[in-house]
Amino acid sequence: MSRLIRMDHTGHTTLAEWSAEDQAAYDLAVEEFRGALDEGCIAVVSESRTEATQVRELPREADLVILRRPIAGG
Amino acid sequence: MSQELAAAPVLAELESVPWRKPTDAHFLRRFGRVWTVWTAGYTVPWIAAGVGLLILEPLAFPVAAASFAHAWIIPELYAYRGASVLRPKGKRNESGEPVAQGLLGDLLGHEARELQRDTGLAMERSGMGIWLVGQGGAILLPHEGRRAHCFCVRTTDAGLPPSDRVAHLLLALRTDEEGFATVANHSFCGAVWRVRRRLPKRMRPALDAARAARR
Repeated sequence: MSRLIRMDHTGHTTLAEWSAEDQAAYDLAVEEFRGALDEGCIAVVSESRTEATQVRELPREADLVILRRPIAGG
Repeated sequence: MSQELAAAPVLAELESVPWRKPTDAHFLRRFGRVWTVWTAGYTVPWIAAGVGLLILEPLAFPVAAASFAHAWIIPELYAYRGASVLRPKGKRNESGEPVAQGLLGDLLGHEARELQRDTGLAMERSGMGIWLVGQGGAILLPHEGRRAHCFCVRTTDAGLPPSDRVAHLLLALRTDEEGFATVANHSFCGAVWRVRRRLPKRMRPALDAARAARR
């Protein structure tokens, strides 16, 4: 089961869950994903414990897609 | 999935700082040399003034001592500013911290997870060196040299629990290391020992571990 989560003040919130075979759940996840991107979130897939990749489309096979806020120099 | 993952290889936040040159290993070496020259530029005159006073009038030693103190204190203040990037800032938002800690723990390996729980800093090995990532900044120990580069960088959501702030910076760093260093503000570059003295005691073992990992 794949998950779309957003880091927030509660730690993180699960926005959607889907499996590769469940098209309806995936479509709902895509909707949540696009909504979060429109709000300014950045989506990242943590591929290993050393690499992460920013994505603009929801990868169907990714186990975990994390939405984060932008960073800036302090 | 590979096509979707390949769509955006660089850090999105770079769009907000188009005027900055990429902070790569070459840039860091040059920056380090410039910082050393700059440090010499503001300490040597104070030392020279103190020595000159003692030669001209030994009884002026209190003034000479004050001059030497300036030569010591000013670099210490810069180092304090550098070490401060790792100090916790803002509200802690404790209620969400256990959940945030769980996610951050999943992102880290076993060794780094233990270190993060003890010190509050996430250690990350990367192409440019060893990073220590805190809630509002990061320190890089490049593979070459003995300097530490301190970067002030934070998430734009101040309401996040501490571990989520670290996770934000860690994910950005893993996405694009050079982009991460470019977006961040470079606040200090200098000797590791000087930064270590100014770190909170709880965080010093993380810097020691990073130094050991660099060797």
